[in-house]
Amino acid sequence: MNLRRDVFQAIADPTRRTILLLLTASQSMTAGAIASNFDTARPTVSKHLQILTECELLQQKQTGREVYYHINAKKMKEVADFIEPFRQMWDERFNKLESVMKDYQNKK
Amino acid sequence: MELKTKINAEDGKQEIFITREFDLPVELLFKAYTEAGLLEQWMGTKVLKLESRKHGSYELETSDNKGNVVFKANGTIHELIQDKKIIRTFEMDNVPFGVQLEIYDFEALSPETSKLNMHMIYESIAVRDQLLKLPFAQGLNYAHNRLQDVLTNLK
Repeated sequence: MNLRRDVFQAIADPTRRTILLLLTASQSMTAGAIASNFDTARPTVSKHLQILTECELLQQKQTGREVYYHINAKKMKEVADFIEPFRQMWDERFNKLESVMKDYQNKK
Repeated sequence: MELKTKINAEDGKQEIFITREFDLPVELLFKAYTEAGLLEQWMGTKVLKLESRKHGSYELETSDNKGNVVFKANGTIHELIQDKKIIRTFEMDNVPFGVQLEIYDFEALSPETSKLNMHMIYESIAVRDQLLKLPFAQGLNYAHNRLQDVLTNLK
């Protein structure tokens, strides 16, 4: 599993949760504008933005020379929906069942 | 993309429906639930006992690499119709979730594909909701623990 892309790891971090809240309130912001809300170094904030973008919670949009970040509503809904991890757990279990039984079928 | 595994859990009810389509003949799907060796492989647990027949019973157990038992469950099989249906109870030891009734319907879609319809009924709405939220809570915990690990390693 690529942990970097794990949505639940992404939202477990307080700075990243604050970034998501900021963007929920303001629709879209540049990395600089987001970083100005934190005491931490700009590269640290960039790293957080990169993680949030990699797990598709944020999307980037180039407008002129500036890159704006905004929330990916579809992905956020998935996270807000607490049933999704339950569904994924069963999906993984059934994927395993399918692969075990395919091996069994091929050995016969 | 159409999701392979679907969950239907209506608010205020003590049941969950799970459906899944498999790229397997229905006979093989049924076998995955009724043969101990196969069940062990995909469930990742030890099968201490599995009597795949009407009025049979089963016991599952999982240990960590130090030999501590981390999961133990058992149940009785109320009905078993070859390649069609299993009705069984399921209860985990040492957790406050009570016993659940599980109804499995196995359906052939084509000679090579099949569908499983699971209907799970819990003791109360509260227990059902708690079980639904468990993987969500574990996801958050897991993420939190990972973070702790990373921070500990930095020290």
